[in-house]
Amino acid sequence: MSTGAHVLILVLTLISLLFIVRMVRRNQLPSRYALLWLSIGAVIAFFATFPGVLDRVSSWLGIAYAPGTFFLGAITLLLLIVVHFSWEVARLDARTRLLAEELAVLRADPPRTPAPEEQPVDH
Amino acid sequence: MTGTRVEAAPSPSARAATRPARTLVILPALNEEAALSAVLKELAVTCPQLDVLVVDDGSTDRTAEVARAEGVPVAVLPFNLGVGGALQTGFRYAVAHGYTRAIQFDADGQHDPSQVPALLAALDEGADLVIGSRFAAPEAGCEYDVGRLRGVAMGVLRLAVRLLSGRRFTDTSSGFRAFSAPLLDFYAAEYPNEYLGDTVEALLLACQAGFRVVEVPVRMRCRAGGTPSTQNVRLIYHYLRALLSLMSRTPIRRRERAMRKRNR
Repeated sequence: MSTGAHVLILVLTLISLLFIVRMVRRNQLPSRYALLWLSIGAVIAFFATFPGVLDRVSSWLGIAYAPGTFFLGAITLLLLIVVHFSWEVARLDARTRLLAEELAVLRADPPRTPAPEEQPVDH
Repeated sequence: MTGTRVEAAPSPSARAATRPARTLVILPALNEEAALSAVLKELAVTCPQLDVLVVDDGSTDRTAEVARAEGVPVAVLPFNLGVGGALQTGFRYAVAHGYTRAIQFDADGQHDPSQVPALLAALDEGADLVIGSRFAAPEAGCEYDVGRLRGVAMGVLRLAVRLLSGRRFTDTSSGFRAFSAPLLDFYAAEYPNEYLGDTVEALLLACQAGFRVVEVPVRMRCRAGGTPSTQNVRLIYHYLRALLSLMSRTPIRRRERAMRKRNR
C-alpha cells in the first residue's frame, strides 16, 4: 500500500475515534462500548502507522496476503460483537416483556369477586 | 432449579384444606371485538360462578371496551406480546389476586364453555395441568378439522414432544387448558413466549418440572370470528423455530435427571 493510503486510513481512524470520544462525553455511549470501539480504533491506527507489523504477523501465521490477516481478525471480531448484541437484545426483550406484563397487571381492573381475606395458616 | 420449586409445592390435598378454590378464566385477546362479546355472554351464562379476565394483547380495535361493556375486568398490554406473554400476564394477575386455579380460554369462540367443568374436575382429581384435547376421543363428538399442512406439522411436534417428555399426548397445541395453584406460581415466574411456546413448550416445561399433566377430551368448534394466528406460508418457519426451542430444552432435562440421581 502507498504512504498516501496509510495516511488516509490513519486520518479516518482518528476522526472515528474523536467521534466516539464525543459520544461518550455527551453520555450517548456507555463506557463499556466506548472502551471496545476505542481499543479497536487504536489497533487500526497502530497497523496504519506501522504497516510492516501486519506483514510480519502474516508471514508468521503463514498468510501470504497481508490484508487477509487484517480481514480475518476484523470479521471474527465483528461476528463476536454481533453475537453479543443478539444476546443483549434478547435480554432487553425479556426485560421489556416483563415490564409490559407487570404494567398490565398493575393497571388491570380489579377482579369481579374480591380475594378472600388472608387467613392465618394453622401448622 | 425447577426441580426444587416442584418439591416446595404443596400437595393438592393440603391446598384444598387451606384455601377455597377460586377460579379465573383467562382470555388472551388480540383484535377480537367481533367475537368477544358473544363468547363472554356465553361464559357468563354457562359458568356464572367463574371470574373472567380478558388480556388485551395490544389490540388496535375495541377489544377492551367490548369486554368492559360485558362487565369483565381487562388487563391491557401496552403492546403486542403474543399469546405466551398475554397468558403470563393472566397468570400474574391470578397469583396477585389470590386465585387458586385458572382456565385458558380462546376469545374467538372456538372453545365451548360447557367443557370447562370437565377440565376443573381433572384439577380436583389432582392434576396440575389439564389439556382439553380435540383428538383424545373422536367418538366423543369432536367436530374440529385442521388443515392438511397444519395436521402434518402438528404430527411432527407431537412426535418431538413424545421423545422429549417420554409421554404420549394427542393434542399438544390445544389452547384450552386448566392450571393448578402450584403451576400458576410456576408459570407466573417463567412462561415460554415464542410462537407455539405457549402451548407445546409450556407443556414440556410442566412435564419436566414434575407437574402432573393430563389430557381430557373436549369438543371444539370452528372459529366464530377473527383470523387464525398464522398463515400457512409462515407455518413451516414457525414450526422449525418451535422444534429448535424444544431441542434446546433437552440439556436442561439431562441436567435435572443428573441432579435427581445425585439427590437420591
